[in-house]
Parts: sequence; C-alpha cells; structure tokens
Amino acid sequence: MIGRGVIGICSLLLMGALSWAALSLPAKPPGLAKASLDRLGESGVAHPVTAVLLNYRGYDTLLEVGVLLLALAGAWSLGRGEQPAENPQSRPLLLSLLRVLLPMLLLAAGHLLWIGAFAPGGAFQGGALLGGALVLLILGGLARRALKRERCLRAGLALGVLVFAGIAAVTMALTGGLLQYPPGAGGALILVIETAAMVSIGLALGLLYLGGQPPEGARRSLLATPPDHA
Amino acid sequence: MIWRSFDWFLLLAIVGLGWRSLNDRDLFRAVIQFIAFGLLAAVAWVRLRAPDVALAEAAVGSGLTGALLLSALARMRRREQQAVPPRTEASE
Repeated sequence: MIGRGVIGICSLLLMGALSWAALSLPAKPPGLAKASLDRLGESGVAHPVTAVLLNYRGYDTLLEVGVLLLALAGAWSLGRGEQPAENPQSRPLLLSLLRVLLPMLLLAAGHLLWIGAFAPGGAFQGGALLGGALVLLILGGLARRALKRERCLRAGLALGVLVFAGIAAVTMALTGGLLQYPPGAGGALILVIETAAMVSIGLALGLLYLGGQPPEGARRSLLATPPDHA
Repeated sequence: MIWRSFDWFLLLAIVGLGWRSLNDRDLFRAVIQFIAFGLLAAVAWVRLRAPDVALAEAAVGSGLTGALLLSALARMRRREQQAVPPRTEASE
C-alpha cells in the first residue's frame, strides 16, 4: 500500500511538472511549419507530413524501421512461436471472410502507400494493414507453408532497412548529405523507400503475432501432403 | 457547442477507459477496454486535425496491439492449464 502511495505521489508530481511545462509554452509557437511548407515543392511530395517523415527528417524514419526490426529480433530470440493448431477447415466462416477481405486489405495498403504523397497515408499505415492481413492469414492457417521459408521472411524483413540505408549511402555520396535527395529525384526515391519499408513493416507487425520465431517445419512427413484449401 | 461537448465526452471517455483498463481484474475485459481506448484516441487525433497519427493509432495502437495482447492472453491461459496435456499437432 505504501508503495502504491509513493507511486501515486510521483505520478501526480510528474503530471504537475508536465502541465506546468505545457502551460508555460508560448501560445503561438514559432515552429518550423512555415519553413517546411515554403519548401514543400522541392521535397518531391505534396503532403507536408510525408515530406517531414521521408525528406526533412528521413533519418528518424530510417531509425524507426530499424527499431521495428530490432523488436522482431527480440521476439524471435525468445524461441519458437506457435500457430493456432486447429484445422482451418473447421472455420469455414473465417476462410470465406478472408477470401473477401484479403484482396481489399492488399488494395487498401497499396492505396495508402500511393496516396501518402498527397494526403494522410504512407508506409506505416499501409504496412499496418499488411500486418493485419498476415495475422488473419496465420489465424486461418493459410500461412503455414510461407512461414517455413525463413530465409525469404528474413530477406523481406531486412528489405526496408537495406533499401533505406542503401539510398541514404548513395545520396550521401552524391550530394554530401545523409538522405539529402538530388533535386527532382525526391518523389521517386521516397516512393521506392516507402514501398520497401511497407513490406518490411507489414511482415514485422504480422510476424510479431506468432510471439517468437516461426515454428519449425520439423514434421516433414505431415507437410508432404498439405491440405489443399486454396 | 456540439463539438465542444463532444470533445469533453471524448476526454472523459478516454481517461475513464484508460483507468478501467488498468484496474480491471478480468484481463480479457481490460484488453477490450484498451482497444476501445485506442479507437477513441484515434478519434481524438482526428479532432486535433492529425489524420496521419489517427490512422497509425487506429491500425497499430488499437488493432495490432489488441491482437498481440489477446494472443498473449491466450498463451498465458494455456500455460496456466499445463496440467491438461498439451495439444499435439500430429493428431490432426
């Protein structure tokens, strides 16, 4: 009980300090909004948030994609995860729902990626949809064979960071600044980075659901004749 | 006026759901309240005119985190019932 009281007092103090900090901010902060909006035309995209995330402060996003990869590496280090072991045929409703839902999820993810250049959207939102689709696939038992191919999974997971870091290195060699895109090339480079990042983010978020490394394909005799439910 | 009362409702609902979610003894209910909390937080981001953050909050903060928490909960329950012999895949 005393411990809870101390925690409560500390929380109240922290809340007081944060409130004070928030209240003592200037009502109209100078901010960088004007500077960033002024040069939006040069960034290669028309949406200010995407311009900040992938052009002005691209290295933040690079690190975020890396953090996600690290999180998955941490989960994988816990050991093998488990899949729902029920026979997917026993869930006909889920399977027929997936037939409708999966194409729509893929389409929506691509749309969010593309629209990110002009409107709210982008790699993280699209990747979250892909991750959701992967979770549904795992729940339906349809991802078993794909999950055995660990090398492909690893390649897909690393793709985002590799492409992002590769473009960062090339732009550094060309223009002398990390992720400082050559004039006119911003839009295309951002699209390439976001596409690779979306694949990796989707894979990482979906695979986290397993709670560990994909289960091993030890029972090969069983796998030789997988039930054909496609 | 309507928007103002809506914002107040949102504020109170978010704080209330957060409180309930942290203090509920039933973990399953706590997770459901957390998911609802995330969805309302997404609405709050829309009200703050940050639709980008709202999309990410709804998809990651509420959807995927909710799924992760539910699967962790199921795994915890399975561990607790270890007395029952574990299900074997070979019996399929």
